[in-house]
Amino acid sequence: MSLANLTPSPGFEDWLPVEYKDLVNEGPYFREKKPKVSDMGKFKEILEEHPMCAGCAMTLFIRLTFIGLPNPEHSIIVGTAGCGRLAISQASIPFIYGNYGDTNAVASGLKHGLDIRFPNQPKDVLVMAGDGGLIDIGFQQLMHSWFRKEKFTTIMLDNEVYGNTGGQESGMTQHGKILKMAPRGKTGDKIDALGLAKVAGVDYIARIAPTNPSRVARTVRRAVLVAREIGSAYIQAYTSCNIEYAIPTPEVMQDAFDVEKERYGFEEIISDRAKEYLKEIEKKDKKK
Amino acid sequence: MSDQQAVKVAPPPGKPDDWVPAGDLQEVVDPHWFFHEAPRETVFITGSEAAREAIRRANVDCAISYPITPQSETMQQCGYLYDEGYIKDYYRGEEEIGVMSAVGGASRAGVRSLTATSGPGLMRGMEAISSWPGARTPLVLLNMCRVINTPLAIQPDNIEISFLLNTGILHLHAEHQQDFYDYSLAAFLVSEEVDVTLPCVVSVDGFFVTHARGHVSMQDEKYKIPPRDGWRSAVPAMDNENPPARISRDAPIQKSNFISYHMHASWQQEVFAAVQRSAKYFKRYIGDQIEVVNPGAEEMIIASGSCVSQAREAVRQSEEAGREVGLVKIKTVRPFPTQQLIEAVKGAKRILIPEFNQAGWLHQNVCSALIGHTQAQIAPGPRVYGGMTMPTELVLDWLEEFRKPNPSFTF
Ligand SMILES: Cc1ncc(C[n+]2csc(CCOP(=O)(O)OP(=O)(O)O)c2C)c(N)n1
Ligand code: SF4
Repeated sequence: MSLANLTPSPGFEDWLPVEYKDLVNEGPYFREKKPKVSDMGKFKEILEEHPMCAGCAMTLFIRLTFIGLPNPEHSIIVGTAGCGRLAISQASIPFIYGNYGDTNAVASGLKHGLDIRFPNQPKDVLVMAGDGGLIDIGFQQLMHSWFRKEKFTTIMLDNEVYGNTGGQESGMTQHGKILKMAPRGKTGDKIDALGLAKVAGVDYIARIAPTNPSRVARTVRRAVLVAREIGSAYIQAYTSCNIEYAIPTPEVMQDAFDVEKERYGFEEIISDRAKEYLKEIEKKDKKK
Repeated sequence: MSDQQAVKVAPPPGKPDDWVPAGDLQEVVDPHWFFHEAPRETVFITGSEAAREAIRRANVDCAISYPITPQSETMQQCGYLYDEGYIKDYYRGEEEIGVMSAVGGASRAGVRSLTATSGPGLMRGMEAISSWPGARTPLVLLNMCRVINTPLAIQPDNIEISFLLNTGILHLHAEHQQDFYDYSLAAFLVSEEVDVTLPCVVSVDGFFVTHARGHVSMQDEKYKIPPRDGWRSAVPAMDNENPPARISRDAPIQKSNFISYHMHASWQQEVFAAVQRSAKYFKRYIGDQIEVVNPGAEEMIIASGSCVSQAREAVRQSEEAGREVGLVKIKTVRPFPTQQLIEAVKGAKRILIPEFNQAGWLHQNVCSALIGHTQAQIAPGPRVYGGMTMPTELVLDWLEEFRKPNPSFTF
C-alpha cells in the first residue's frame, strides 16, 4: 500500500476522526525507522481499542506483534474464530476471518496469489490464531503448510484452552487439567507443537511469553523476515486466559513470569540458512 | 490489461535459461471476439480434455488440486499446463477443506483461481465452499459429478448439485463436452465482473461426459482471454493496497446485536442480488439461460446436464412417431431462469423432468418457479441414480404413462 492510499483527499481531512488522522500522520507505516516498543505512547499504534477481557494477556501480545511487523503497510493477517480475532480485526491492517481452522490453507492460497500479483513487492502474510484453531481443528492445514514450506508466519496464541467458547480443553492444554469437556482431567499431554514444527522443517521457530515486550517485537520481526525470504516461521506464545484459568487480573503478568520460568522459557530454533539470513539483516540494521 | 507487476524471474528448475512460459506466447483477445467470431476447429475429445483446453485458454493464475475420480484427469492435466507455463502457479493441497480454503485465499489475493472436484470431495470442502460467496471470491470450481457415499460408488449421479443451490454460488450445468468447454471459459469472465464478484461452479455429469468423447469446436490455442484484474471487484482484494475493509473491522459486526443482524442480512441479500445480475453477462457468452426446442408444445421436457441429450433423442423419436414434444434445457442452474421458464412452458399441459439423482432437485426448482404460472401437470421424474444410465425408452415410457387419465406416478 502506498501512503497515498491512506491519506485523505484535501478537504476531507477536517472531517475525519482524530484517530484516523493520527494513523496517517503518526502511525508506523512507511517509516524509515520503525517505532519501537520503547516508543509506545509516542506513536499511533495499529491496534488500540479492543473488546477483549480486561487484563487478557493475549491482547498485550497481539498489540506487541503489530509493533514488531517490519512492514505493516504490506502485511495481511489471516485469523479465525477465537478470542484473538476480536482484537486483530480492529487493527488497521487487512484481516481475513475465515472458517474456524482454515487459516493455514487460506494463507497458503493468499500468499501464492500475492506472489503472482506483486513479484517486486514482498507481501507479508501472518496467521494469528488460537491453540485450538491451529493444533486441533486446523492441525492438518497447519502441518501441511509447513511440509510445503509455505512462506508465511504462523503465530499460535496459546492460552491452553478454548477461550472463546467458554473454557474447554484443547490439544495444548496440559495433562490432567480439569476444564470443560475434560471433567476428569485431560488424558493426553500438551501437544508438542514446537517439536512438530521442527520435524516439519520450519525455518524459524520460537517459544515466547509476553514478559519482555521488546523481545516479542523482535521475535515477530525475525519470523516475518525469515518467512519472506527463506521458509515457514512459527511463533508459539503463551497468552494466558485469565478468565478460564481464574487468574486475578492484577496477577496476569506474574503468571506469565511464573509459567515462563517453569515451562515456557524463551527459545528459538532457527535453521542454518535462516540464521545466516538474519545475521546479514541484523548487521545491516545495526549500521543504520 | 493485467494489473500484475512485470518481472523477469529465473526459469523454474529443469527448464533452460531461455524458457518462456507458453502462456506468455499466447495473445490476449477480446472475450466477445473470442467467443463469437474467432475461427474454431472441431476436435473429438473427452470432457476432461475439453476442460483442459478451456483452462489452457483461460489465463489462469493459480490452480490448486486434490485427486478424486472422475476429476483427477483434468486436475493432473492442469499440472502439465502449469509445467508448460499456461498456469502461473499450481500445487496439490492436503485435502478438500484445505484446497477449497486455499483457492478462496488465492482469489482474495486478486488472482484468477481454479480448482475441481467430485461428489465426496465437494462434500468434504463444503464449509469452505459455502463461504466463498459471502467472502466475494470470484473463482471457478469444475465439478465432475459422482455419487456421494455411502454405499461406496464412483458412478455418475448429480445429487451433489443440490447441496450447492442455496449458497449464492453461480452454477452452470453442462450438457456435453462442448458446453463444458464453453461454460468453463464463460465462468471465469462472469464471476469476475465487478457487480458479480462471485464464485462459479461448472458441473458436468461424470463419466458420461468427462470420459466419453464428443465434438468440441475450439478457438486456436494461441489465444487466451484477458487476465483477471485484481483491482476490479466488488470488495477490495486482501492485498493491503487499500485501507482495511470495514467488513472485517467494525466491532458491531462481530457481536450479536441488531447491527450485526442487519449487516449479515443485507450482505446476504447483496450476494443473492449479484447472482441475479450475473444473468446478463452469461447471456453475452453462452446465450440465453435456457434453450427451447419445439416451443409451444403441449408436452414439455425440462432438463439440465447430460439428461438433455437423452431428452433430445426422446423428442426426435416422438417426432418420428408423429408427436410433437418440446424441450427446455436449463443452462444456468443459478441464476435460475424463472421468467424464461414461465414463458417457455406457457402452452404446456404436461411437463416431464428427467434427472440423474434421487432427490429431484431440478423438479423442486421447476415447481417453485412455475407455481401459480402454469396449468400443466409436472411429473416428478423419471430419475435414475447410483450410476445408472437414462435410456431414451424410459423417458418415452414416462411420456406414454403421462398421457393416461390416471398415470401410475404421483405428483
Ligand atoms: C467449524 C467450527 N467449529 C466450532 C466452532 C466454535 N468455536 C468458535 S471459537 C472456538 C474456540 C476457540 O479456541 P481457540 O482456537 O483455542 O482460541 P481462543 O478463543 O482460546 O483464543 C470454537 C470451538 C466454529 N466457529 N466453527
Ligand atoms: S476469554 Fe480468556 S483468552 Fe478470551 S479474551 Fe477473555 S481472558 Fe482473553
